[in-house]
Amino acid sequence: MSSDTTSATIGPVEGAQYDADNPAPYIEAPRKRTGKTPRATRGNFEMAAWLFMRLSGVVLVVLVLGHLLIQLFLDGGVSKIGFAFVAGRWASPFWQVWDLLMLWLAMLHGANGLRTVINDYAERANTRLWLKGLLYTATVFTILLGTLVIFTFDPNIR
Amino acid sequence: MPAGTLYRGREGMWSWVAHRVTGVLIFFFLFVHVLDTALVRVSPEAYDEVVATYKTPIVALLEYGLVAAILFHALNGLRVIAVDFWSKGPRYQKQMLWTVVGIWVVLMAGSLYPVLGHAARELFGS
Repeated sequence: MSSDTTSATIGPVEGAQYDADNPAPYIEAPRKRTGKTPRATRGNFEMAAWLFMRLSGVVLVVLVLGHLLIQLFLDGGVSKIGFAFVAGRWASPFWQVWDLLMLWLAMLHGANGLRTVINDYAERANTRLWLKGLLYTATVFTILLGTLVIFTFDPNIR
Repeated sequence: MPAGTLYRGREGMWSWVAHRVTGVLIFFFLFVHVLDTALVRVSPEAYDEVVATYKTPIVALLEYGLVAAILFHALNGLRVIAVDFWSKGPRYQKQMLWTVVGIWVVLMAGSLYPVLGHAARELFGS
């Protein structure tokens, strides 16, 4: 008797066939844009960041996998790497641009990823502030250092 | 276990977890890697000395792990793009994840000899 009452109170909506792929009824977005919504509510930074992750990601797949192939797979793998090998590759502007682009895109892609992770897990505003301050400092330092190294590389340093 | 640490579970959540973990690991390696490369501005000897550690068998194993993390992050990243931009992406996200895992397993098997071969020769001779 009691089980009959339960199924009756749930009604036909809850009786629909739900499973792992279709787990819940459709609920309208709580902050859906309407005619009354101001044109610019908060700026588009998060959307730009979301788009940047996808665009840089596609480019990085090519740049990073190509880099791995050359450094770790072809021609003896890691055992051939040394100062002379680096000098040989950076003698060509093509590989300088490749490495520069890879440095900037990978650092910004990774920094934005870690920014998301910090926002997700650091619950206190102060913790978030300090972690992100540290992240941005380390990111700017590393990008500038790497850029400087690529532009000022000297094969005849000694 | 505190409440709320498990979302729906299954392929969608676990691929997201793996994407995060591999992403953070790769980012930390990237810092180290830019610093070690910067040694080419110090002296050829300083650079070659640090790169010598990259050629030891234990670090070779870490390099295999790096390849594993990068390959998963790259393949799953393409899957995320497909989920976001392909109209049928969300419907096939599970199939796409298992495709990613399949390609990853094949590529990791193929990477065994190129990445770890020099370490094996050093450990077992010839």
